[in-house]
Amino acid sequence: MSTSGATPAFELRAASVRLGGTTVWSELSASVARGEFVALLGANGSGKSTLLRVLLGALALSAGSADVLGAAPGRSARAVGYLPQRRAFDSGTRLRGRDIVRLGLDGDRYGLPLPGRRASAAARARVAEAIELVGASAYAGRAIGEASGGEQQRLLIAQALVRKPDLLLLDEPLDGLDLPSQAAVAALVAHISRSHGMAVLLVAHDVNPLLPYLDRVIYLAGGRAVEGTVEEVITAETLSELHGVPIEVLRASDGRLVVVGAPDPPAHHHDRHNRAGAGAAAHSGAHAH
Amino acid sequence: MSPHLGPNVAQDVSELVEYHFMVNALLAGAIVAVTAGVAGWLMVLRAEAFAGHTLSVMAFPGASAAALAGIPAAWGYYAACALAALAIGRTGSLRGGRTPAPRGEAAAGIALVQAAALAAGFLFLSLYGGVLGDLESDLFGTFLGVSDERLITLLVVGAAVLAVLAAIARPLVFASVDPDVAAAHGVRVRALGSVFLLALGLAVAAASQVTGALLVFSLLVGPAASAQALTSRPLASLVLTVALGLIVAWVGLGVSYFSTYPAGFFIATASCLVYVLARLLAGLRSRRGGPRARLPAAEPAPGEVLA
Ligand SMILES: Nc1ncnc2c1ncn2[C@@H]1O[C@H](COP(=O)(O)OP(=O)(O)OP(=O)(O)O)[C@@H](O)[C@H]1O
Ligand SMILES: [Mg+2]
Repeated sequence: MSTSGATPAFELRAASVRLGGTTVWSELSASVARGEFVALLGANGSGKSTLLRVLLGALALSAGSADVLGAAPGRSARAVGYLPQRRAFDSGTRLRGRDIVRLGLDGDRYGLPLPGRRASAAARARVAEAIELVGASAYAGRAIGEASGGEQQRLLIAQALVRKPDLLLLDEPLDGLDLPSQAAVAALVAHISRSHGMAVLLVAHDVNPLLPYLDRVIYLAGGRAVEGTVEEVITAETLSELHGVPIEVLRASDGRLVVVGAPDPPAHHHDRHNRAGAGAAAHSGAHAH
Repeated sequence: MSPHLGPNVAQDVSELVEYHFMVNALLAGAIVAVTAGVAGWLMVLRAEAFAGHTLSVMAFPGASAAALAGIPAAWGYYAACALAALAIGRTGSLRGGRTPAPRGEAAAGIALVQAAALAAGFLFLSLYGGVLGDLESDLFGTFLGVSDERLITLLVVGAAVLAVLAAIARPLVFASVDPDVAAAHGVRVRALGSVFLLALGLAVAAASQVTGALLVFSLLVGPAASAQALTSRPLASLVLTVALGLIVAWVGLGVSYFSTYPAGFFIATASCLVYVLARLLAGLRSRRGGPRARLPAAEPAPGEVLA
């Protein structure tokens, strides 16, 4: 937490976004402190990815203001790591996983790297370290298009981490991972967040793998946001109020949360195998297992 | 003179390099193989073959505009390729936003640029009212007529294209395989796409001087696709692309000298042959289960990542 001074990792003040003529969310105020680990929750279409795009400077606010690492969004690109939602590489992409991670380190640099210099060896060591960290060493040398979806996801997390950013924006990083891998990646991100003082905003549909590590959550629904600790936000009262329909929150004996009654997206939107059996009513939790 | 391909390769080669025009042709082939190889490698990586094809078609409006204006056909081709590259870049940015247009939308824009350019070519030709000279060599390539002056133009264009591509190589590759993250890292994804198209247009125009306009792809796609089939290490496949391009260009030009067929014919044939061989080799390797085809024996246990 070296730079955990007064400036937050990001801050949105009474911010609104319009897309294609409709307001995605409005009057949204939220902030994340340096080194904090925060989950961004909400149903499909609630505007989670939109919020990340605002923080990246890829999308302008229609009202309100935003600061990222003490500057306008997009101004501190080198200090922000980003994992977009669900990307698969074309199976014909002829670059290795290692090359994809390397692009995250210095892919924005013009000119060619001088081979054999100390800087280049240091860069390679940094890339290898990030790959090791996500446990992707076994397949980092193969073409990225040949790696499985979950393997690609791990490599992309390594790509987002490789610069040791001050703010890490992860859009559904656990999507497509098996349950042990979800737990492992959540633990990994939390560990790096603590050890490097890195603020993390992680979009998720299932808060359970993150429960042991979360500092706070931001919950988007109906164009509004609520922020607070898991205990404050994932409650029957708060969620019922946000969604405008009665919602129950159950706590399993192992501490897992099951949200029942939240408006659920159409089933085809959730084509992910590991969540397919979660049932029509369970939204922000509830594994089929 | 009636050249004959004898059994003694050394003698055949020494016969080739006795003639100044043939030395020029081989040098031109080398410049073009390197330039088109590198540009083509990036084009294959970006899956922009349709844009490359549209640029190669610019030979027609370029040559007819040059005839109308009374300037050398090659100049017309360079200018038409550059203009078409800019136009394709523009159609990609009509929709606004920072990332490139989706593939289908981009393809529609490219197709319309191509149709408009061919229509313009037809208009120039009927305004000119004559017949385009050297039609066959413009279409299918030749080893004749690479003057010293033309060679120097090729060298300058080739060096400029390579310098630009070297300067933008890393952000361009980033923007090609991962546009969203590249944009988040401050890479100007769309501007780079336009600069690349311009470089590609000049590389296409240069390559067509040797292979002919119809067979440009033999140097643009053949070596790059073969190399990428054989290895996914970026540096190795780039070097292999250039090496295969040189072999294809020189063999094509050399064999063309001893026959009555145009150089582009042999270059295209050699290029296709190389690609088929590369695919067969890659297929054989993956069936044998080489190191890069086998899955890792065991996934690391989830707890291990924190160790
Ligand atoms: N370019 C666009 N034009 C118009 N509407 C858009 C555009 N992009 C997104 N939207 C709308 O904005 C809303 C928020 O989208 P966003 O992608 O932020 O949702 P999300 O919370 O990330 O959902 P998911 O969980 O499905 O990823 C959606 O209703 C979507 O239809
Ligand atoms: Mg989303």
